[in-house]
Amino acid sequence: MTTTEIGSNEQYNFEVVKKFAFMSVVWGLLGMSVGVYIASELAWPFLNFDIPYITFSRFRPVHTSSVIFGFGGSALFATSYYIVQRTCQTRLVSDFLANFTFWGWTAAIALGDISYTLGYTQSREYAEMEWPIDILIEITWVVYLTVFVGTIMKRKQPHIYVANWFFLSFILATALLHTFNNLAVPISLFSMKSYSLFAGTQDAMTQWWYGHNAVGFFLTAAFLGMMYYFVPKQAGRPIYSYRLSIVHFWALSFLYMWVGAHHLHWTALPDWTSTLAATFSIMLLLPSWGGMINGIMTLSGAWDRLRTDPIMRFLIVALSFYGMSTFEGPLMALKDVNALSHYTDWTVGHVHSGALGWVAMVSFGSLYHMIPRIWNTKVWSEKLIGIHFWLATIGVLLYITAMWISGITQGLMWRAFDQYGNLQYSFVESVAAMHPLYVMRAIGGMFFLSGMLLMFINIMMTIRSGRQAPAYIAAPGNVSAASA
Amino acid sequence: MFKHEWLETNIGLLAVATMLAISIGGLVEIAPLFFIKGTVEKVDGVRPYTPLELRGRDIYQREGCYLCHSQMIRPFRDEALRYGHYSLAAESQYDHPFQWGSKRTGPDLARVGKKYSNEWMVQHLVSPRSLVPQSVMPNFPWLLTTQLDYSDIKERMRALRVTGVPYSLTKAEYDANVKKFGADTANMLDINQAEKNLVKQAQDGNYDGDRSNISEMDALVAYLQVLGTMVDFRKYDDDEFVKYR
Repeated sequence: MTTTEIGSNEQYNFEVVKKFAFMSVVWGLLGMSVGVYIASELAWPFLNFDIPYITFSRFRPVHTSSVIFGFGGSALFATSYYIVQRTCQTRLVSDFLANFTFWGWTAAIALGDISYTLGYTQSREYAEMEWPIDILIEITWVVYLTVFVGTIMKRKQPHIYVANWFFLSFILATALLHTFNNLAVPISLFSMKSYSLFAGTQDAMTQWWYGHNAVGFFLTAAFLGMMYYFVPKQAGRPIYSYRLSIVHFWALSFLYMWVGAHHLHWTALPDWTSTLAATFSIMLLLPSWGGMINGIMTLSGAWDRLRTDPIMRFLIVALSFYGMSTFEGPLMALKDVNALSHYTDWTVGHVHSGALGWVAMVSFGSLYHMIPRIWNTKVWSEKLIGIHFWLATIGVLLYITAMWISGITQGLMWRAFDQYGNLQYSFVESVAAMHPLYVMRAIGGMFFLSGMLLMFINIMMTIRSGRQAPAYIAAPGNVSAASA
Repeated sequence: MFKHEWLETNIGLLAVATMLAISIGGLVEIAPLFFIKGTVEKVDGVRPYTPLELRGRDIYQREGCYLCHSQMIRPFRDEALRYGHYSLAAESQYDHPFQWGSKRTGPDLARVGKKYSNEWMVQHLVSPRSLVPQSVMPNFPWLLTTQLDYSDIKERMRALRVTGVPYSLTKAEYDANVKKFGADTANMLDINQAEKNLVKQAQDGNYDGDRSNISEMDALVAYLQVLGTMVDFRKYDDDEFVKYR
């Protein structure tokens, strides 16, 4: 151990950042593998093999939990702990509590995945974990809030950097959502099974208030926090507009919470609620694009970096996908468009343009930036990052194109009438028409997954070289990312 | 004069302001649904699930059926032709949790009850492609071979009773159910008779075609066969439910 490394270890707690960053890559590989597998099950149903544990319908929550909460969540823990220490120029308030969040979170995802394959589920999308795991998450989350806020409280800078506002908003909102959406009555203290406290309409509204804000805060606000640190850092330029960051932060935090009911257009939810949600969904376009513009324009004057820097490419393409899917979202929230798109693969495509294009890509860029720095080394292969970028981009494009075509085809086939006014197609004819598109989607997923595999190798080799040569000092300009 | 700098330099203020910003939407959209009377229509016929149907519903959840099948028919002409009358809020008032779904990889199931025979249902669940060659649904053969565990049926009903489902424990609750649903249904909702009722319904219904035992298939088919059949829409005029929307 050299003096420089000991020095930086004393200043910051990078141990917990390392653990989360590593697990993020592991969960990504696992969750995306399951994703490719279940996509293949829809294309070739024999892959279910009559095995309950890997049947599509039990396996799908394993995919969503592993990628959203495992990969995405661990990346957020890692980057938020890194960013809050860097920008506050102080060490995490408690190593023990930070470590507790790592084990609590990792155990929750692992237990969740195992319990789904065994058939334990609340059947609430993206909140499938049963009550004991929910309690574990609740505790972990309160500790996370404590560590995060506690660290900010002992900051050495008077200002709280903008990335931290977004992380704070994400932590508070997730606590609120998780608590109210998981209110349930267990059948006994010794059983995993519970029944949700609310029923029918109220339950549906609560679930989609949760569901859409899991997207809004977990998958958006938090990743914007990531963006607000790593984009300026990687570009070596300050944030484009400080004012814009204030306006879009508050608008985003306020507006997102209203839009969940657009998942329930034309259902038994009262019209007033879903109309309100549609209205706010359209308004939400503005703060969403505010964030995208602020990120992309940060690169103005340094556009040539896109040619030479694969990490920058990941970050900027992520922002482009963010802009694209936050335009598509309000469009799909219009009742007339939703009448066609709802219940179809279009929704699945929309989610993945956000999840793969935005969330995963911004995480890749950030992890590639951060991991060599916390291990005090250089990335093992820049070239592999470049290949990863193209595999990921081709993968997303194949995926979402397949889902656009299949979604719109389904929507049109379901509502098609023949000349006598009868339904033109039986349901199963629409299923059969999806086959080539489900194959194309699975191939898109394979591209994305193979990129993830390259990343895993690259990161493992980077970590190894970091352990072998601790003397190398990476030079991250230490001070806060880019004060505006 | 307010300065944003106050928030940027005070984590307490920032947290409070953020909580305020994120709380309003949910409060405005969710809380009123519990109080506005017209949210759930007044309609005859909707009752809580019988013990056997309830266990079937648990299996429906366990196997993740909701991920590919919705139970929410929208008020469109094509959906009326394909699935039947649009779904009412009242029809899922005892659904903890709701099973409206978000995706139709397979067709909607809100009114699948009584549309197919028990034999068809069993065959289709065990091997969907033997009946519908283009189907992408997984086979669920273990439902037929696994015995239904109903040892904790009373605990399940008691938990649902806590959430507000009118399963009866006391004489007073039972009497209220007789008044509300009639004696036959009230007997089915009596937690004290749960096991007896479950066994009897499985035997009488013979859902899986084998009376010698009660399989998970019995429960699941009993559940599927009741979906969407509780409300008799012939009793209502076409415009009856529009006023609730």
